[in-house]
Amino acid sequence: MSDAAKAPRERPMSPHLSVWRWHVTMATSIAHRATGVALYVGALIAAGWAIALAKGPEAYAGYQALLGSPVGLLVMFGLTLSFFYHLANGIRHLVWDAGHGFDLKSANASGAFVFIFAGVASVAAWVVAFMIGAV
Amino acid sequence: MVSYRTPLSRARGLGAAKHGVGQWIGERVSAVALVPLTLWAVWAVIRLGGGDYDFAVAWIGQPLNATLMVLLLAISFWHMHAGLRVVIEDYIHVALNKAALLILNLFVCGLAGALAIFSILKVAFGGGA
Repeated sequence: MSDAAKAPRERPMSPHLSVWRWHVTMATSIAHRATGVALYVGALIAAGWAIALAKGPEAYAGYQALLGSPVGLLVMFGLTLSFFYHLANGIRHLVWDAGHGFDLKSANASGAFVFIFAGVASVAAWVVAFMIGAV
Repeated sequence: MVSYRTPLSRARGLGAAKHGVGQWIGERVSAVALVPLTLWAVWAVIRLGGGDYDFAVAWIGQPLNATLMVLLLAISFWHMHAGLRVVIEDYIHVALNKAALLILNLFVCGLAGALAIFSILKVAFGGGA
């Protein structure tokens, strides 16, 4: 048996991420997955909130303090961005599923809009939260 | 939109793989349901963030809030289970790891979702401590 037979043979690689130029539709697709995973964690944080509420006043106050800490607020802002992004891009996907807006020009335009919307809506939500005194 | 499907395949409604259509539709229907529910949730988080424990208990005590919260949690955990399932299926290629992660995803969503919904119902029916 030769060495070549023992070692796994070098297989030809398909064109990998590194050879692609970043473009809008690619970025929206990757960001949709990334924000989905982030919101998965966010839902677990929401479940923790419900459990703390059922546990009693002390647990609830502790959980609120955790979410209100600098790190907690940073996480909450990240989740806000993730949420508005995933919401808008999810609707974009539903429109595609209905058979509309799939040509390159529309897909690029709606992709750029989704990124802008996520930023603007997140800031707006936090401005409202500050005005009401939630933060 | 041009359709490439035969009349028979259209009537059967199963697509090329013969299964998975229900799963695909379930992902989309849950997404549609989550649009209004999650927008309501953003407002709810802002309201609850400004209040203390007593406020949250009184808030959950209102039937509409409790109902929407339970629906939000149930559909969210369903949707995120479906979403992460696709991510695992796409990126994990070792059969045993894939199976383990798929089961873990199901169990985490099932347990966290059940705990969260039970907690909401406990406060909604029983009030605060």
